[in-house]
Amino acid sequence: MKNSVFKVGAFLLLMLAPAVAVPVADTFSNPAMETRARALQRQLRCLVCQGESIDESRSPLAGDLRHLVREQMAAGQSDQQIEDYLVARYGDFILMKPPLQPDTWLLWLAPFLVLGAGGAIVWLVVKKAASKGA
Amino acid sequence: MIGELGQLALCFALALSLVMAVSGLIGARATAATARGIANGSAMGMLVFTLLAFGVLTYAFVTSDFSVALVADHSSTLKPLVYKISGVWGNHEGSMLLWVLVLAIYAGLVAALQRGGARLTSAALGVQGLLAAAFFLFIIFTSNPFLRLDPIPFEGAGLTPLLQDPGLALHPPMLYIGYVGLSASFAYAAAAMLVGEDGWARAARPFMLIAWIALTCGIALGSWWAYYELGWGGFWGWDPVENASLMPWLVATALLHSALATERTGAFRTWTLLLAIAGFSMSLIGTFLVRSGVLSSVHAFASDPTRGFFIMVLIALAIGGALALFAWRAPTLQGGASFEPVSRDTTLLLNNVFLVAACTCVFVGTLYPLVLDAVSGTKISVGPPYFAITFAPIFFALLLLVPLGPRLAWKRGDLKEAVRALYPAMGLAGIAALAVLAIASPRTVAGTAAFAVAGWLIGASILDVRKRKGARAAAFAAAVAHAGLGVTLMGVAGTTIWRSEALEVLSPGQLMTVGPYTLRFDGVTQVAGPNYTADRAHIALMDGAKVKAVLQPEHRFYPAEGQDMTDTAIRTTGLRDLYLALGDDRGGGKFTLRAYVSPLAPLIWLGGLVMALGGMLSLWGRLRVRAGEPAAQALPAE
Repeated sequence: MKNSVFKVGAFLLLMLAPAVAVPVADTFSNPAMETRARALQRQLRCLVCQGESIDESRSPLAGDLRHLVREQMAAGQSDQQIEDYLVARYGDFILMKPPLQPDTWLLWLAPFLVLGAGGAIVWLVVKKAASKGA
Repeated sequence: MIGELGQLALCFALALSLVMAVSGLIGARATAATARGIANGSAMGMLVFTLLAFGVLTYAFVTSDFSVALVADHSSTLKPLVYKISGVWGNHEGSMLLWVLVLAIYAGLVAALQRGGARLTSAALGVQGLLAAAFFLFIIFTSNPFLRLDPIPFEGAGLTPLLQDPGLALHPPMLYIGYVGLSASFAYAAAAMLVGEDGWARAARPFMLIAWIALTCGIALGSWWAYYELGWGGFWGWDPVENASLMPWLVATALLHSALATERTGAFRTWTLLLAIAGFSMSLIGTFLVRSGVLSSVHAFASDPTRGFFIMVLIALAIGGALALFAWRAPTLQGGASFEPVSRDTTLLLNNVFLVAACTCVFVGTLYPLVLDAVSGTKISVGPPYFAITFAPIFFALLLLVPLGPRLAWKRGDLKEAVRALYPAMGLAGIAALAVLAIASPRTVAGTAAFAVAGWLIGASILDVRKRKGARAAAFAAAVAHAGLGVTLMGVAGTTIWRSEALEVLSPGQLMTVGPYTLRFDGVTQVAGPNYTADRAHIALMDGAKVKAVLQPEHRFYPAEGQDMTDTAIRTTGLRDLYLALGDDRGGGKFTLRAYVSPLAPLIWLGGLVMALGGMLSLWGRLRVRAGEPAAQALPAE
């Protein structure tokens, strides 16, 4: 609850703040680097926004994080290294794509378990229904 | 005075809902004709009093009666009339009142239409009475819209500017017609288990269809609103609140298909019952997510945990009760009908498996982070990449199968014949894929596949419509709805894969390019709206040295609410949107401007409309058939 109160508060503050500064993303002149930066930015969550990535968010924090990402890229870090660095700093919450680890196995596997179980059930039902008609 | 009248009407409605619950359930017995009469009468009475309560609240909003706390907190005299009215449901209490109003309307319809015979109707009314009573208690004890305020303020706090928008004025009523519509099929399913009646799927079909159409329109409206209002050019963010509306839609879609088989051949009886329960459960869970305050986003106005607790108990009772009834009565239902492995029945089962798996993605993707946080305090984000990996392939596989279903006969189909008949659709799929490869850049596998499948869906639908001219309205309706899927798919692929964007700080007179367009920034002027002031940018769309059009994105400030908002400017050709959002004042006449070019974006919502149109055609066919039926249906033997 406390966390959601904080989030609501942060959200309201953002909405109330008149003319939140939009730091224009510093762009790489190298198009390949720019594409890589944009893709990476989409994988990172703006920590104070509602489900927005730092790529689309207009909050100052997202601007700072974009800057950080680009600094690290310019320093020759790989995407993985940058993600690891940010996770160490902010936790898994910053990753838009949850990591595959024991406490997220269910999250990742549930849809496919349901698909598999459903498929098996269909197989059985169809077999039964067909034998009834024969 | 007027507020107390509303309060009184709510109490009467609660009393009538309890009468309806008891008499309706008693009326499920063959001999209890009097109880049935009482149930029908109380359904109408409940509708009248709920309408009265809602009317009173609307009146308080329209006349800006700030002695009612809710009006003072969520309205202001400055708002235009339309947003005074939509302000009624632009807050927690009022939206719950809208919820029960829709429930009361459905109960009135069930009582008036008497579909499926008197006993089934009576039992369904009993279940609806229980649901209505629970929601009236919820409103009166935790979310009373008629609480007074003393001293009376001179001016209200206003409505969040985000909600002052025609799209969002209509979005909640649409969604609620959908959510609550699933309560009608839930009530019919529970009634069928109580009475032991088989014809419920047929009786409940119009309600399922109305719910599905409304959900489809509601989701499309919400997505359209997010697109033009939020200013980042996206149409779906996998936000928990969006997911809350998608889950009932996925289950309702499965239910529509499964109920069709139950109705035609008697297959999947128990499964269809379970889906009816699951569909309304998803509605309740969606309501819980949005209303309890467990999430915090633009929609989550409520942040009182007692409400969340109340809804949780309500969900547990409704779902638990229905499942207990199911466990008790389902084994007594007749076993499924026989059918061959290659048949429409099998494709409908597969449709259900894929839809349920897709719904599972959305369900765990939405709830898992909340549960994990509650259990272990670990915070994770489940964002679009998760859904791209799980939901997208499952839904894509479903779409591949869609054209086959209508081509196979019930019970025993001919796969070779079906595939042969679909050759032209495959041809269209190939042409669509080649066209994309030739025109679009960059060339991507996902984009090519999406267009191939869209061609496959639309091609198959054209074949269905052409071949079955004059045939059953249902087949025609299904073809239209399936074509809508193809249209939406093209829009989604177009915007997500081929969108271009630009973000620049511009001085007056400066040019910027985005995609194929050249824009000239012609400065910003101050304008005053009815309840806001705005910076209005003048952006000239250039055609060489000539000005082709002027777009005016705005940055609005709402003094009553103390908030600011972007108002985007969108110029569409029908096949491509140019989308502009004005950013901040950077001083010295300079402003930031975000520009997007979204190919095929309008198709996303056009496809939604086409799907809804398919639903409406199906509903129309149903009601027309019913008009030709003998009016009275005999009571089934005990």
